[in-house]
Amino acid sequence: MAKVVAVTGNEACANALRQVNPDVCGIYPITPQTDMMQRFASFIADGKVDTESILVESEHSSMSACIGAAAAGGRVVTATSSQGLALMWEMLHIASGDRLPIIMPVVNRALSAPLNIHGDHSDAMGARDTGWIQIWSENAQESYDNTIQAFRIGEHMDIRLPVMVCLDGFIISHSIERMEYLEDDEVKKFVGEFKNFLPLLNLEKPISYGPLILTDLYHEYKRAQHEVMTKVKDVVLDVAKDFEKMSGRKYGLFETYRLDDADIALVILNSAAGTSKDVIDTFRDKGIKAGLLKPRLFRPFPYEEVAEALKSVKAVCVMDRADSFGGYGPLFMEITSALYHIKERPVLINKIYGLGGRDYLPSHAELVFNELNEIAKGAKVKNIKEYIGVRE
Amino acid sequence: MKPKGWKDLAPGAVVLEGGSAVNFKTGSWRAFRPVWKEENCIQCLFCWLYCPDMAIKVKDGKRAEFDYDFCKGCGICALECPGKKGKKAIEMVEEGK
Repeated sequence: MAKVVAVTGNEACANALRQVNPDVCGIYPITPQTDMMQRFASFIADGKVDTESILVESEHSSMSACIGAAAAGGRVVTATSSQGLALMWEMLHIASGDRLPIIMPVVNRALSAPLNIHGDHSDAMGARDTGWIQIWSENAQESYDNTIQAFRIGEHMDIRLPVMVCLDGFIISHSIERMEYLEDDEVKKFVGEFKNFLPLLNLEKPISYGPLILTDLYHEYKRAQHEVMTKVKDVVLDVAKDFEKMSGRKYGLFETYRLDDADIALVILNSAAGTSKDVIDTFRDKGIKAGLLKPRLFRPFPYEEVAEALKSVKAVCVMDRADSFGGYGPLFMEITSALYHIKERPVLINKIYGLGGRDYLPSHAELVFNELNEIAKGAKVKNIKEYIGVRE
Repeated sequence: MKPKGWKDLAPGAVVLEGGSAVNFKTGSWRAFRPVWKEENCIQCLFCWLYCPDMAIKVKDGKRAEFDYDFCKGCGICALECPGKKGKKAIEMVEEGK
């Protein structure tokens, strides 16, 4: 029986980790994640889990400790945000290159400078090419559900890759929402016993991690790493199917909202998708066919499936809560890549919104839908990339 | 031997056997060569102890020749060598000279 609770996103993720009961956890505080690891540290201190906590002196050390523990043969977790993720950068590549299924909630926060602690996606977007699987979450329920599913995905014997579960800083990490917890036994059964793949602590069979590979084989190893990523989509869908059987909650590679017959649509990640859905309802009431696509699996990116879902839409705005200065927003670049290969494709525009935790208001979504509506009727695109909710 | 293709590789570049460093000779990295002068050697085996690789051979409990296939010429052995009466038993000589 599911238990209905009112909790924050951080508390929800900490409880997911408690229910999984990992072997090792690297812990280092950073706003807005701190409260998640603090709660998990309480579970350790209270004997609710058997996890060995490693209190480290930086996020670089935290990821290093996680890599060591995972290579040794443990089920390993940590969590971070913003500068912490940035500091982990070189170790993130090692975790994925070594094929270690470390699970890490990332509470998305802006990057310095200027210093800002609030929610935006610059941190995780900067980790796009680190070889980690990225799953994004709209609310506390999704953050909790995705954290639990991440273990099955990353630890799958065909995959063995680290997974980031992304949720919006403060908006989700610190806001209390109604959600449902699964029973401890259900989660335990769902994730199953941790299975070792190539453990360093197997004294019968000595092995080494992290060799020097130069021009003779590095190219081949990276090609092989890409191949693993191509298998992730199917595993994500299989795990989602099992999760639905247990929880009744359905997950896919992305979520669509009133998109099937839509003329205009937003593509938007995480919490802002919720606000946008409300606005879509008001536009639908006015007879305007608005819809939404919310990516869930961002790495690997499901290009074909997204293209199929968006191909009949007339005009699409891709909303980015992160920027590539001198370039388009990171999500926009994915969507344009997905759609380029189909003949009749929507007109695409890109809006940068909500940087550093700036509120994303229904009025912002209304402005965008009004612009899309004009474009769908034949109006010319003035600027492909624009900032919204920004003072002149 | 045919070079391996990307489908033939171990996951995560893990080396699946122990002691495989012996297959990769690193002696060519050396810029300075340690030279053993037996007449100054007191058989303390500090060189064997301090060598970061396994480039100092020991036979029947006694110092034997360097293993130049693996000595990278770091010079630690020469630094640590106490020698005899102020004369070192290991000297570093520039390669090619």
